[in-house]
Amino acid sequence: MARSKNRGNQEVNAGSMADIAFLLLIFFLVTTQINSDKGLQIKLPPPLDPTQPPPDIKMKDRNIFKILINSNDQLLVEDEPLNDPYALRDMVHEFITNNGVDPKQSDSPQDAVVSIKADRGTSYELFVQVLDNAQGAYYKARGGVLGISGEEYLGLDAKKPDEEKMIDRAKDAYPMRISIAEPNKLGGQ
Amino acid sequence: MSKFKKKSQSSQDIPTAALPDIIFMLLFFFMVTTVIREDEILVEQSLPAAEDITKLERKSLVSYLYVGQPKEAKFGTEPLVQANDAFIRMDELILWVTQERDKLDEVDKNQMTVSLKVDKETKMGIVSDVQQELREANALKIMYNTPQLVKDDI
Repeated sequence: MARSKNRGNQEVNAGSMADIAFLLLIFFLVTTQINSDKGLQIKLPPPLDPTQPPPDIKMKDRNIFKILINSNDQLLVEDEPLNDPYALRDMVHEFITNNGVDPKQSDSPQDAVVSIKADRGTSYELFVQVLDNAQGAYYKARGGVLGISGEEYLGLDAKKPDEEKMIDRAKDAYPMRISIAEPNKLGGQ
Repeated sequence: MSKFKKKSQSSQDIPTAALPDIIFMLLFFFMVTTVIREDEILVEQSLPAAEDITKLERKSLVSYLYVGQPKEAKFGTEPLVQANDAFIRMDELILWVTQERDKLDEVDKNQMTVSLKVDKETKMGIVSDVQQELREANALKIMYNTPQLVKDDI
């Protein structure tokens, strides 16, 4: 009976515990970076065999969508100057989804090639914008096959079997054929 | 004495015992979502943003190349290529690719991806030089590492 009277405050002081946890937290905040493995993926063509002459590929002019960028970051798209790289998205989309309707555009998505040629003096930022818009047009077209938007197409998970089938179907309909030509050396560094 | 002047028996301090738990929760969140910085980056890195970006599936297959103007003035102002904590010359790139590829398992060797982290001030000349060397070294899967572009909504 005598013991039960003085049983009020038995707790451990946890104030310094919070300080220690804060210290750890701040340490992690400083030493880490948020995982950012995202970007524009492309596949380079295999190296040319020096013993063989370069293959002579004949393609119809209408099947090539030419994007040229000079060292002053000016765009020449299908032989016409263009100011806004974001307008490319719709132009490329129109080009690859043409299916032979307009004689100036591509015969079919399988034949269409988007060729990007930059100068050595072109800024990397503009090149990324151009490539992004060209790829975006492809994703939009692929999404169109499946009846979804380009962003929803990118959100599909290749690990799920049913979604993988959808991706394969879209890829067959619109194989991404973006060619990055070797830059010329006119503009210098 | 009237009963209003009676001293209250309850204690006045707020219990703080749950505070460390909350902080620990935050800490674990950060530990799970982040990676420890692997390389000390010697070049300027402000990457251009892009809209339609894709995610790399397997992190273990990725090797990084950093391109940009050196942070320290003693290395000059021309853009340089950095791989694994040190600057690398163009003619060493093929050797570097071979070394990176040797770290991977046999089945994954042709799955190797090179992630290029290029500063936006860089010109395309050095980027395409790197690409040519990577082609020679048969490292054909490359990625231009970019953050997500946030569009201004109208």
